[in-house]
Amino acid sequence: MTGTPGTGGSGSATGGGAVPARGPALRLLPRLEPENEFFWTGGADGRLRFLRCRACRTYVHPPSPRCPDCLSSELAPEVVSGRATVVAHTMNVQEWVPGSGPYLIGLVSIEEDERVRLMTNLVDVAPDDVRTGMAVEVVFDHREDVYLPLFRPATGDRT
Amino acid sequence: MSPGSGAPLERQAVISGIGQSAVGRRLGRTGLDLTLDACLAAVADAGLTRDDIDGLATYPGMGVGTPGFAGPTTPEVQDALRLRLNWHDGGGEGPGQMRALIAACLAVGAGLARHVLVYRTVTESTAQGAGGRQGIGGDGGGGVPRFSGFLQWTLPFGAVSAVNWIALVAQRRMHEFGLTRAQLAQIALNARRNAADNPSAIYRDPMDMADYLDARMISTPLCLFDCDAPSDGSTALVVSHRDHTPDVPHPVCQVNAVGTALRGRPSWDQFDDMTTMAARDAAASMWERTDLRPEDVDVAQLYDGFSILAMVWLEAMGFCGRGESGPFVEDGMTISRAGSLPINTAGGQLSGGRLHGFGLIHEACVQLRGDGGDRQVVTARGGPPEVAAVSNGGGPIAGSLLLTRGLA
Repeated sequence: MTGTPGTGGSGSATGGGAVPARGPALRLLPRLEPENEFFWTGGADGRLRFLRCRACRTYVHPPSPRCPDCLSSELAPEVVSGRATVVAHTMNVQEWVPGSGPYLIGLVSIEEDERVRLMTNLVDVAPDDVRTGMAVEVVFDHREDVYLPLFRPATGDRT
Repeated sequence: MSPGSGAPLERQAVISGIGQSAVGRRLGRTGLDLTLDACLAAVADAGLTRDDIDGLATYPGMGVGTPGFAGPTTPEVQDALRLRLNWHDGGGEGPGQMRALIAACLAVGAGLARHVLVYRTVTESTAQGAGGRQGIGGDGGGGVPRFSGFLQWTLPFGAVSAVNWIALVAQRRMHEFGLTRAQLAQIALNARRNAADNPSAIYRDPMDMADYLDARMISTPLCLFDCDAPSDGSTALVVSHRDHTPDVPHPVCQVNAVGTALRGRPSWDQFDDMTTMAARDAAASMWERTDLRPEDVDVAQLYDGFSILAMVWLEAMGFCGRGESGPFVEDGMTISRAGSLPINTAGGQLSGGRLHGFGLIHEACVQLRGDGGDRQVVTARGGPPEVAAVSNGGGPIAGSLLLTRGLA
């Protein structure tokens, strides 16, 4: 099983002010492979990492053996700020797993390159307070051997 | 008359026959059973016998997707009908579900086959049985698998269904364009109105705006009525070389152009513009292959696995500008059968049933042939439509098609 089930599960079905669950009751996890291991385990030290081209400095996501821009194979994981912006969001209400409460799914783009996006859960925020374009920061959810990057409203004003 | 040497190769092809099995919920029949019904109906409709069929194609082929998604393989259908084939093809990667149809058009254009049977079969309703609709990954029962590829980026966060990925696009469109649920509702309401006049449609009871707005949410802003319904059914088409058009009592549907492009990243979440999808590229490439223009289209069958996809396709096809599909559909009239651009005249997938793209191709042919009965579109010129546009797919999956009435 996938460790601690998502907390909570109450809250209104379509929004409102209650803070929803942090994610689904059952989190299906990534299979660790040579190309993705740095990403899914990097959160052990609380830092988010992306593959980056040493030659042209392009962030490469999802991980790939070569830079899609300059085709260099000199790529290495690099720590990023963990700050991101909400591109889009949805509240999943359908109970794919019985007993799952509503949870927020966000699509965020990282501060370093708006073209690099992650699907994630938006946590520690009431649905009514979620805004497209809002600043968020990473917080990791440790499950078995992986650290899932979730995002919460950014602390501090960086506007 | 024949297309000139500069004409797109697909213009060598016509759809000479169409067929459809029973369509419904939990029919309890096998995919092969339904497929043979549809195939034999299409062959007869084309004025042919199975001995004439020398090509066979399907989407998505062997073992793809969740239970009931794939339908029988081409070897199963070939063997069941003892077909003697010169060309055969089944696969799931390509320009949408209609990749099988597009491949068939190219095969007849290249002389690899003369009459290709093309089918798409789903038994998702029966397969899902009483268990309700599943997200990808199922219910997690038994051993919990781990995931690679694209799904590793979605499943850990409970984005377990295409509805979640597409809800993000819908929400983004609300943010950028001011799209409203009342506008989105028009796609579903139009489908339901048309389904009332389609005896094969799955959901035919009247639905109004209040019903839509009160429906339970699936993944905001998409509600139950924004999602198509898992169905059982098979659709078959016969694609023939235009020089071998049989003598049948209905006009053939001339393939005018197909749309196959995927110029952005092949991704649900990394596409360059999160308000649109590969639909943008597929439709653009279709218009690059024809002298017809969006304003020439008399009827459109736009993929509506989710309502928002039909909105994306309206813009991708150039029927309205980027971001303008909300106002375009808002009065409910424009896209109705009496409007300037009737869409999804058999109820689409939302009310007609999830035949996964091929129901839309089938209906385009029905309309061009004037066989629509109570739901037949009559153009301002007084006859059946002359030009039909069809689209298939959402996210990175997109293909499109222009058909015209009779040999061109």
